[in-house]
Amino acid sequence: MMEPAALSAADLACRRGERVLFRGVSLALAPGAAMQVTGANGIGKSSLIRILAGLLRPFAGTVHRAGAIALIDERPALDEHLPLTRALALWQRIDGGRADLARLGLAALADVPVGYLSTGQRKRAALARLIAQQAPIWLLDEPLNGLDTAAVALVEGIIAHHLARGGIALVASHQPIALPEAAKLHLPDFAA
Amino acid sequence: MSAALALLRRDLALLLPGTGGGASFLPILFFLAVAMLYPFAVGPDAALLARTGGGVIWVAALLAAILPLDRLLGPDMRSGMFDQFALRGLTEELVVAVRLLAHWLSFGPFLMLAALPAAALLGLEGATVRTVELGLLAGTPGLAAIGIIIAAVTVSLRGGGAALAGLLVIPLAVPLLIFGAGALSTGGTSGIALAAAISLVLVAITPFAAGAAIRAARDG
Repeated sequence: MMEPAALSAADLACRRGERVLFRGVSLALAPGAAMQVTGANGIGKSSLIRILAGLLRPFAGTVHRAGAIALIDERPALDEHLPLTRALALWQRIDGGRADLARLGLAALADVPVGYLSTGQRKRAALARLIAQQAPIWLLDEPLNGLDTAAVALVEGIIAHHLARGGIALVASHQPIALPEAAKLHLPDFAA
Repeated sequence: MSAALALLRRDLALLLPGTGGGASFLPILFFLAVAMLYPFAVGPDAALLARTGGGVIWVAALLAAILPLDRLLGPDMRSGMFDQFALRGLTEELVVAVRLLAHWLSFGPFLMLAALPAAALLGLEGATVRTVELGLLAGTPGLAAIGIIIAAVTVSLRGGGAALAGLLVIPLAVPLLIFGAGALSTGGTSGIALAAAISLVLVAITPFAAGAAIRAARDG
């Protein structure tokens, strides 16, 4: 089991340039809890995730994090020219975990440079990095993008397993994703 | 500490010429090409070449330092590496300090090595070659530091960023050039010592300046 993790935010607001993307967003996630963030394109789902990760300063509000954060967004953060295993090796040396390629159906691609991978395969590679990080709080920005049906089920299973071990998952996705007992957070359109 | 070593290992694999990381000997070849072209352009006057050759090597070194700028930080910014580093508590300052070391190692020693055939092409004397080599040893860390700072400041610019970065490096490198190349005409080691002092200051501020620039680019 991991140490008890927690992620909460109170009255968050996000401003990009002159536009307020959202305001008054509050959430609280205890160990084993999941949340799906929905909303139209450009509504601020990614910005919310970056604020929760501490990568973006909120315009207002506070974020409280207990436990390490692992993040997946549209960029895999793997060296394009390196074979997959060597690209993941950097994160393994930093995180101390081992990426399980077979679990994500990537075993056959171990020697293929990351630059040659398809969108879905890159997403799986990023998931391998995420799992090996062994962080209790998962922030997943569109984790199902480019994944086929079998891989979607696989990812849902991986997230469920993470939650069962006392992890936290916050998923921004416009696709339906089956999360056990997930709370929903719908970002309304403030710009309208 | 182990994270810093992992970073250094990756950065060297990325930046060292001939390691397949997209890095190449191109800046070094460019440097040699300038030294080779100069005698063609000014004619075979051995005395003139010997007098001005040291300065040409310095100008060539400065211009060669511009070539790898767009590969220093931009790819990592675009691929989300810096975000992942930040999530793991690896500060931008640490990442930049390691990158600076790797950048210098992949550039300074090779340039000093290439300065030997360049000096031969220009017909420089032994004492001049020694001054040039010592000057490059003192000055290239500063050139590497300026390169990292400028790469960080221009990291979020698309398109013309690389050309702009090159232009921004030149004025900042002028003090290094004045003292490093100036040691050739004044003799003695005072110019080299001043170039080394400037390098030290630049190396010391680079992690903080570039780290702040990277954070600002992320927030923007």
